[in-house]
Amino acid sequence: MLITKRIEFSASHVCRNPAFSGEENRRLYGPAANPYGHGHNYVLDVTLEGSPDPATGMVLDLKELKDILEREVMVPFDHRFLNHEVQPFDRVIPTVENIAVEIWRRLATALASPKARLHAVRLYETPDLYVEYFGERS
Amino acid sequence: MIQLTRRYQFSASHRLHSVDLSEAENERIFGKCNNPYGHGHNYEVEVTVKGEIDQATGCVVNLSDLDTLVVEQVVAPFDHRNLNEEIVEFRRLVPTTENLGVVIDRRLREAWPRVFPGAAPKLERVRILETPRNIFEI
Repeated sequence: MLITKRIEFSASHVCRNPAFSGEENRRLYGPAANPYGHGHNYVLDVTLEGSPDPATGMVLDLKELKDILEREVMVPFDHRFLNHEVQPFDRVIPTVENIAVEIWRRLATALASPKARLHAVRLYETPDLYVEYFGERS
Repeated sequence: MIQLTRRYQFSASHRLHSVDLSEAENERIFGKCNNPYGHGHNYEVEVTVKGEIDQATGCVVNLSDLDTLVVEQVVAPFDHRNLNEEIVEFRRLVPTTENLGVVIDRRLREAWPRVFPGAAPKLERVRILETPRNIFEI
């Protein structure tokens, strides 16, 4: 069975590679290359896979999942400038792709449990743009 | 591998009517959608791309190239048009959203190698929302 929990966080970022010229960065990232940064209301869907525990009827206590998401994502990411305040985005470009992979990396460790396994991370940067990451296996 | 989905909109009118069926059969099968004057929808098209994250850019696809392709092949020709009268594929083919999905998928796949030469990124999926409650996946 798959269960999904949604959270939202707001953060700012800049997408530019210091190895590229200003012109090349604008061509690649468009307005997202603005060095002053800009922000989004990110929406994160975290999907777990597991079987309901026969005693509790739950795959994973949603309160436990909420606490993990709070600790691993909300506290470090919400209302932050990702390039300046969240590792590894001082050296990794915080595209929506790379943010999703980093969230997966943090959650895969935190969620290591025999009850449930991380299945997918879906991250919306805007309502019209999202990425889905299923870990290395996909 | 990571998947990225981008959503586009266009508004168009159509009439579901088959020249191979009688008037009575058309009315029985297509109901309100057979109204000879036609009717319209705000269509949404979700295009999903799959590939590896480029290490230099942090991106799976150049969004500006993807936008140019989808706008050129789908949004510009279809937006504010009558599908039956103005889209060559629907001269005889009934513009159900199933067929619209097949036409959009074919247009994108034919133009894809010109914009994205080589193996990646790959066009993974096309999904059409005729209304928020009627969704078709190719």
